[in-house]
Amino acid sequence: MASPLCLRGGRIIDAARGIDRVQDLWIAGGRIAGLGEDAPAEVRSHPRPEVIPVAGAVICPGLVDMHVHLREPGQEDRETIETGTFAAARGGFTTVACMPNTVPPLDERSRIEYVIRGAREAGHARVLPVAAVTRGQLGEALTEIEELAEAGAVAFSDDGKPVHNAEVMRRALELTRGLGVPVIQHAEDRDLKGDGVMHEGWASTRLGLKGIPAAAESVVVARDALLAELTGGHVHVAHVSAARSVEIIRRAKSRGIRMTAETAPHYLVLTDEAVEGYDSRTKMNPPLRGTKDREALIEGVVDGTIDCLATDHAPHTEIDKDNDFESAPFGIVGLETALGVYLKALVEPKHLSLSELLLRLTVNPLRVLGRPGGTLEAGTEADVTVFDPARRWTVRASEFASKGRNTPFDGWELRGRVLLTVLAGRITFRSEAFEPSVR
Amino acid sequence: MPPKASVEQVREKAEILDGDGLRRAVTRIAHEIIERNGGAQDLVLVGIRRRGVPLALRLAKKIKEFEGIDPPVGALDITLYRDDLQTIAHQPVVSGTDVPCRIDDKIVVLVDDVLFTGRTVRAALDELIDLGRPKAIQLAVIVDRGHREIPIRADFVGKNVPTSRREVIMVNVEEIDGHDGVSIGEML
Amino acid sequence: MIGQRKDLLGLEDLMAEEIVSILDTARTFRDVLDRPIPKVPSLRGLTAANLFFEASTRTRLSFELAEKRLSADTVHFQTTGSSVSKGETLKDTARNIEAMGIHLVVIRHTAPGAPHYLARNLDAGVINAGDGTHEHPTQGLLDIYTMRERRGRIAGLRVAIIGDVTHSRVARSNIWGLTKLGASVTIAGPPTMIPAEVERFGVAVAKSVDEAIEGADVVNILRIQLERQRTILYPSLREYARVYGITSERLKRAKPDVTVMHPGPMNRGVEIAQDVADGEHSVILEQVTNGIAVRMAVLYLLAGHKAPGETAAETPAMEAKPTHGEPSLPPRR
Repeated sequence: MASPLCLRGGRIIDAARGIDRVQDLWIAGGRIAGLGEDAPAEVRSHPRPEVIPVAGAVICPGLVDMHVHLREPGQEDRETIETGTFAAARGGFTTVACMPNTVPPLDERSRIEYVIRGAREAGHARVLPVAAVTRGQLGEALTEIEELAEAGAVAFSDDGKPVHNAEVMRRALELTRGLGVPVIQHAEDRDLKGDGVMHEGWASTRLGLKGIPAAAESVVVARDALLAELTGGHVHVAHVSAARSVEIIRRAKSRGIRMTAETAPHYLVLTDEAVEGYDSRTKMNPPLRGTKDREALIEGVVDGTIDCLATDHAPHTEIDKDNDFESAPFGIVGLETALGVYLKALVEPKHLSLSELLLRLTVNPLRVLGRPGGTLEAGTEADVTVFDPARRWTVRASEFASKGRNTPFDGWELRGRVLLTVLAGRITFRSEAFEPSVR
Repeated sequence: MPPKASVEQVREKAEILDGDGLRRAVTRIAHEIIERNGGAQDLVLVGIRRRGVPLALRLAKKIKEFEGIDPPVGALDITLYRDDLQTIAHQPVVSGTDVPCRIDDKIVVLVDDVLFTGRTVRAALDELIDLGRPKAIQLAVIVDRGHREIPIRADFVGKNVPTSRREVIMVNVEEIDGHDGVSIGEML
Repeated sequence: MIGQRKDLLGLEDLMAEEIVSILDTARTFRDVLDRPIPKVPSLRGLTAANLFFEASTRTRLSFELAEKRLSADTVHFQTTGSSVSKGETLKDTARNIEAMGIHLVVIRHTAPGAPHYLARNLDAGVINAGDGTHEHPTQGLLDIYTMRERRGRIAGLRVAIIGDVTHSRVARSNIWGLTKLGASVTIAGPPTMIPAEVERFGVAVAKSVDEAIEGADVVNILRIQLERQRTILYPSLREYARVYGITSERLKRAKPDVTVMHPGPMNRGVEIAQDVADGEHSVILEQVTNGIAVRMAVLYLLAGHKAPGETAAETPAMEAKPTHGEPSLPPRR
């Protein structure tokens, strides 16, 4: 038997099973062997286990980000499966769902397989491809949903753009209903958005930038809630940014409609005021909104209206992004800062306990996608993240593994440093900030 | 280039003209101007801001006393004609040039308190020439302290005071400084 | 420089005293413009680059004249954003300017914040000559200068701004400058052209043009450009002229000696009636002349900023003149 791995003395938080205690975690043969005394004797009595002391750190199931842009195939200057998944590992993520707005889009079986193969070769993280709802993401003809699901697509989305046509959305929901996979909606009314570049409000008025009203998102959320009710299909609302959207989703859930939602870190810590100075690193879609929206999102995360915490990791090249605000593309990277920003937004102000936060970063997104995992149960594949929730560090975009350096958090001091990321029992990332391991 | 002096940096060493002395100098220069120009016809007095302006007004008053002719008085702000705008840290405040009549074919007497490097007068000449084409330009100063950097000389001088470059000549006029007099100081 | 500034990007950034100091300096330059030789050597040896990424005749000419009357050397670059991507041009432009040793950059661009981008990336001083729908600070200054000359003050003035405020950089710069100097500003225009939370500028929003004009000292009329905007914002120019056009009949609600302004170019018969444009209250041509003086003042004040490679000398070359009191101005005769 190969040497088992023992993470010694950490605080194990397995939120889905209600576990939060200091114990050793044993990993053998790529799977969780058990917690403390529960691990089989032959594992614990192995003559040469690899022991990593992690006292003071948190051991939890590997983090899951259900909204990432890996940009491959076609935009390898922005990100590749290799760099994007390594960035995921550095951020503590063992699983990411990647969006289909590549060039060409993930609307064909061959391209879903390409992504899965690429991720396996890179070996940094599990990649769950999201396939396009419509061919070419053009919003008209549906993709071959069953075949794509069979090839490994875990959800369907035209992300980057909304499914604009309500009839198309209805039929996609009907066709995915039986597969148990969601349609992920980039909720945005394209006419209300127009050529807007930031949230419509006092900041856009002052800066003279074309605004995108919060209603551009919420009208589509409302429509989709009605379509989910009509069809019985599952709508997952991507990157929720507006207070009204939270209200609509809450109401839909209370009526038993199959609607789930995610948000992204920046919406919880920044508002449209951050656009001051025309820094294109504050430009993303949906845009940073007002203070009331930010507060409503936190409330929605706390009460479970917003199920998952994602990143909407959207890398761009410096040439594209370092530009005047209007010309710069939408999107910021998030994988390597998400944990710290979420701790800052939700745990430090005591909106959520650590355990509640981790639920939304592990098991919840997997459940939305109808996937198993997200726990440290013995016998499951050992996807594990170890982080020190107290350790302070300064964000240095220039040191990111991601090709994208476009983050408004560059230079921020955050608490919560990822020390170790384990994928199926294998270490995919080990922080240089880590104490040397003892054998 | 002489170091910039500010009030705090200068120690007064000696008074070289008291109030009466300064007034006598003005009176004498007024006589000389009339004598040189055979009267006060066609005269325009133009003071260089700031202390040249009250001095020009006083000269005009004296000339009126002696000749019965009230020569027009103007004020020149040479800021826009300085040759050192690119080397100073802040743009100086511009207070404006105010010459109340045409100067074409007039005898312009330029008035300033101290003649030193000559660069202020150079700038004033440039500006005057942009304003018109006088018959002649003459220069009147209360103190000539030497150290010329360009070939300029005064036509009327109240007092010649040989100085070192470290020293500062302070001409005080009641209208600006609250009292009349000329003193010599040293930069600390 | 203006305060410690290297750039003039918008009136939002300026303090009231800074605005007043620009206006006061402009007055000196206004006098220079009336001289037989309307030119001073202040900026001799400096080079100003006029970069126009958006078509403009008036503003470009006004800046060019201002630069020439200050004896600066000038270079021009004009493009209307054809085949080259906007962004690349801007970034390359910044690098080129750096290499060419240019001291002052005047930029007009369709993108709000484009001058801010250049200012961040350049040591040269940057003057915003209009950035999309954001600000047009020198237009704001010349409007305020003209109002002050006409009305004798700004504090307490009642100024009505009529038209498409959402898409107007002139409106934003006017509003910032006027409110900082204590004027009371009322705006009126189609509800589709009044931006979100506009009252936070400290302006009143009138329900109608008549209400806005009532008792006004100044009516500043914005140019309407329906052709460039989506016609969904307003049905037609004809309808606009009927509801928002300033006619001499409407103007009767204002003070009898009301001052009528327009940043130009005018759509006669649309936002402004012919007889108002050419009428006794109109100061529209005066605005144009004042614009040169105001731009001279801005260029002059910003030229104090050090360009790369230069160091601020500790000593001025002129005679040291210790002062003990306030300057006394000669009486006018």
